[in-house]
Amino acid sequence: MKKDNPLRQTLTLVKKDLTLELRQQYAFYGVLLYIVATVFVINLMMGRPDDKVWNALFWVIQLFVAVNAVAKSFMQENRGRLLYFYSIVNSRVFIAAKLIYNIILMALMSVIALVCSVAFLGNPILHPGYFIGMVLLGGTSLSLLFTMLAAIAAQANHNAALMAVMGFPLIMPVLMLLANISLSAFVTVYQPELPKMFLLLGGMDILVVALTMILFPFLWKD
Amino acid sequence: MAKHWWKALAILLLLYVIIAGFTVEIPIIGTNGQSSRGLFFHVPMWICMYTMFTISIVYSLLYLSKYDLKKDVIAAAAAGVGSFFGVMGFATGSLWATYTWGGTLTDDPKQMCTAIAILIYLAYLVLRLSIHDLDKRARISAVYNIFAYALLIPLTYIIPRMVDSLHPGSATTPGFASKDTSGSMKQVLYPAFIGWTLLSVWIFSLVVRYKKLQLKNIFK
Repeated sequence: MKKDNPLRQTLTLVKKDLTLELRQQYAFYGVLLYIVATVFVINLMMGRPDDKVWNALFWVIQLFVAVNAVAKSFMQENRGRLLYFYSIVNSRVFIAAKLIYNIILMALMSVIALVCSVAFLGNPILHPGYFIGMVLLGGTSLSLLFTMLAAIAAQANHNAALMAVMGFPLIMPVLMLLANISLSAFVTVYQPELPKMFLLLGGMDILVVALTMILFPFLWKD
Repeated sequence: MAKHWWKALAILLLLYVIIAGFTVEIPIIGTNGQSSRGLFFHVPMWICMYTMFTISIVYSLLYLSKYDLKKDVIAAAAAGVGSFFGVMGFATGSLWATYTWGGTLTDDPKQMCTAIAILIYLAYLVLRLSIHDLDKRARISAVYNIFAYALLIPLTYIIPRMVDSLHPGSATTPGFASKDTSGSMKQVLYPAFIGWTLLSVWIFSLVVRYKKLQLKNIFK
């Protein structure tokens, strides 16, 4: 069977990542335990926080979950396997597959984080549909940016601290936007620039995807 | 000597800016008082920063197209000098904010966004220090630099336009509104732009020469 269609190659790689995840579930349960432990610690420390604090804490949890979950996607690939992928697929196909896989993973993690937060920290959300949409959108934005950063960190000898140093300043504008947009789910505030913020967030996502697709081939020439 | 005229021009312009900046007649508006003179030093710092960061990304792009290590050295030098001017701009702005907004660090969105932008570039410098292989460092940091510049523009140009700020003239531009500035201030402000930018280019050229000397065994 001939498999030179880039779209099919991408899907095959995504399927391969998902199968790997299903077979060796330690990564998944590791992050799951991480979420539960973090949320529980917050519960022990401050009980049930106010709306604004709840929102801020939730996005900080999301940030750390994204760092942990997405960083793993490149760490499990050793040198030999990367060389093998390099010889059989185009680098753009490879990174596109990683992006899609990380979006799926992060969407799942976001929902789990949301359920944990609601269970442990109380439920101040007035518009659940809106907030769940925001959580999925936010998870996508976070996973897109951190995929590229994980690829850079993987080149620099899998340095996890480096990922935090590079990632946190870059992700701050996205987090600020997310926290501001999702505030509408808690209180009925009048935010006249809400559509503009959505546009900006979407624009940033598109920018990150475009830059990743353009720049990843340069990273892979080793 | 013919090619050094711009350095003399930089010195003369900056002398003029410093002397005239502290003596020229300026309109006294409310609580600003004499602190408006900070404009002659604060705004040019940002112009220097953008000039340097733009030079940096251009050389990063050139590096990725030709893989010439000299281009990477230039990009790194420009990012370093640009971060320095960014910190200076932040410091002059915070000094002014201390006496007019009533706090050194306020929750003004522009102040926050520029702080993040400077952090992004400091991360670039840390990234460079963490990789020892020259070619690898050049390639990875060039990729990160392009990312950093792409996020610098929304941070400092788009977000500040959308939200309210304590900055003067914030309703229109992230910089200053030239309509609102009195003629006597403009006479100092425009020479200040040119003078400080020339100074930043001068510092940048010195840093590049120093870095090239450090690596002269590689460049031959």
